[in-house]
Amino acid sequence: MTQVSLKALATVVLAVASIGSTLAQDSKIADELAKYREALADGNPADLFEVKGEGLWLEKRGPKNASLEQCDLGQGPGKLEGAYASLPKYFKDTNKVMDVESRLVHCMMTLQGFTLAEATKQWYSKPGKDSDIEALVTFIGAKSNGMKIKVPATHPEEAKMAKMGEYIFYRRSGPQDFSCSICHGQEGKRIRLQELGNLTTQEGAGFAMKTWPSYRVSQGTVWTMQRRLIDCMRQARWPEPNYLADSIIALETYLQKTATGTVMETPGIKR
Amino acid sequence: MKLKIALFGLCTVALSSLSFAGKPVEAPGGKYADDAEQIFRASFREDGPKEWKLRLMQDETMQTCGTYRDNPPRKIGQQLEKANMATIKYPASGKLMGNWKEGEKLAAVGTGGHVGFIQPDPPGRLKGGNCYACHQLAKKEIAYGTIGPSLQHFGKIRGNSPEMVKYAYDKVYNSNAFTACTNMPRFGLHGWLTPEQITHIVAFLIDPESPVNKD
Ligand code: HEC
Ligand code: HEC
Repeated sequence: MTQVSLKALATVVLAVASIGSTLAQDSKIADELAKYREALADGNPADLFEVKGEGLWLEKRGPKNASLEQCDLGQGPGKLEGAYASLPKYFKDTNKVMDVESRLVHCMMTLQGFTLAEATKQWYSKPGKDSDIEALVTFIGAKSNGMKIKVPATHPEEAKMAKMGEYIFYRRSGPQDFSCSICHGQEGKRIRLQELGNLTTQEGAGFAMKTWPSYRVSQGTVWTMQRRLIDCMRQARWPEPNYLADSIIALETYLQKTATGTVMETPGIKR
Repeated sequence: MKLKIALFGLCTVALSSLSFAGKPVEAPGGKYADDAEQIFRASFREDGPKEWKLRLMQDETMQTCGTYRDNPPRKIGQQLEKANMATIKYPASGKLMGNWKEGEKLAAVGTGGHVGFIQPDPPGRLKGGNCYACHQLAKKEIAYGTIGPSLQHFGKIRGNSPEMVKYAYDKVYNSNAFTACTNMPRFGLHGWLTPEQITHIVAFLIDPESPVNKD
C-alpha cells in the first residue's frame, strides 16, 4: 500500500508546490491532500474490508448454510495464497476463463446455494449498502500480497482471452472516439491532474495491477478490478458492460499477463 | 449514425499483412479479433436504449485505427484524413470566430454524455469540450492534462489569419482530418459540440483578448 499511496501523495504535493500561492484558489487539490493525510494516518481503510471479508469467507451462509472455505480459486479448494495473483485462469469444471470475481460468485452459487442474482445483487457498495463482494475480494487479494502476478496465459483458452483483451484495449468507439489505449497507451501522460500509466508495458501494467483491489478515497470504498474497468468504460462514454462480462475478464487477462512478474502490493489506496 | 455511411467502404484492411517501418505488427487480437468483437458486443445489457448501442458501433476510421494500433501506414492515414475532411460542416452564419468567453466555459466542462445504470449524466447535461483533460490552455488553469500538446498562446503564436481560424475550426470539428487516428475526439462529426459552440472554442484559442493569449 505505502509505495502507491506515497507516490499519489507526492503527486498531490508536487502539484500544490508548483502552484504555490494559488493553492487557496484550487481548494480541490487541498481537499484531496487532506483526504490522503487522513487516510494515511489511519492506515488503509481497506484493512477493515479485509477483516470483514475474512469473516464472510468463514461464515456459514446461503440456502446451503455453508462457508466459502472449500472454494477453489485455482490453487485447490481453500487455498488462497497466491490465488488472486494467478487469476484470471482457465477452470476445467466450468470450461471458462474466470477472474477472481466470477470465480467467487461461482463458489457462492455452488457451495452456498445463492442464485446468480442474489450473489451479484450488491456487487459494488452504494451509500448505506455495503458490498460483500468488495470485502471478500479484498480479503482474497491480500492473500497474494508480496507474491508475483503470474498469468502467463499458456492454456489455449487463456491465451485466447488475453488476445481478445488486447483487441478490446485498442477498439475505438463512441461519441469521443475513445479506446482504452487513448488514456492508457503512452508513458507519462495525465488526464487533467490524474496520472495515467502505460498499461501496455510490464512496468506500467504491473504498477497498476499490483495495487488492486484498492481503497478509493474519493469514493469512500474499495473498488474491485471489475468496478475499475466498468467505470473506465463509462468514462469512455460507452454503456456499462454487465458485471462479470467476458469483455472485462478478457481485459483483465490481457493486463495481468502484461503485468506478470510484478510483486503484489494490495490492498492499494487511490485517489 | 450518419458518419458511418459517409465513411464506409473507404479502405478495407488486410489483417495479416500490417507493417510499420518494415517491422510487421500484428493487428490487436490476432486471429481472435472476430471472436473478440463478438464477446465485446455481447457484454452489454439488452435493455439499454438504442442510442447506447450505437455508441458501440465503429465507423471506418475507428475500425482502421484500432487495427493499426492508432498508427496506420501513411497512405491509409491520408485516405482517412481525406474522408474525415469531407465531413466538416460550417455554421449557417459562415462566421467561424465566436465569443471567447463562451468558449472558455465550454473548454473547461468535462461532464456530459455519460450513460449507463450506475452513474449516468442527467439528460440534457451540457456536453463540454473538456479540452483541459488533454491540453494546457489558459495559464491560470493548472489542472490540465498532457495527452495533447500545450495550446497556451495558440493565437499569439499562430496568429489570427482566416486560414488559422479555419484550421482551428476544422481541427475541433474533425481532428482526424489532419491527423488520422489522433487521440483527440471528433467533436463536430459526432455532434458532441454544435458548429456554433465550436466557433466559441475557436475564439477562445485565437482571440487576442482570450486568456489563452493574454496571460
Ligand atoms: C477517458 C479516459 C479513460 C479511458 C478511455 C479509460 N480509462 Fe482507465 N483510467 C482513467 C482514469 C482517469 C483512471 C484513474 C487514475 C487515477 O485514479 O488517478 C483510470 C484507471 C485505470 C486503471 C487503474 C490504474 C491504476 O494505476 O490503478 C486501469 C487498470 C484502467 N484504467 C484500465 C482501463 C481500460 C482497460 C480501459 C478500456 C476499457 C480504460 N481504462 C479506459 C481514464 C480512462
Ligand atoms: C482525449 C484527448 C484530447 C481532447 C479531449 C482534446 N484534444 Fe486536442 N489534441 C489532442 C492530441 C493528442 C493532439 C495532437 C495530435 C493531433 O494533432 O491531433 C491534439 C491537437 C490539437 C490541436 C492542434 C494543435 C496544433 O499544433 O496544430 C488543437 C488546435 C486542439 N487539439 C484543440 C483542442 C480543443 C479546442 C479541444 C476541446 C474542444 C481539444 N483539443 C480536446 C488530444 C485531445
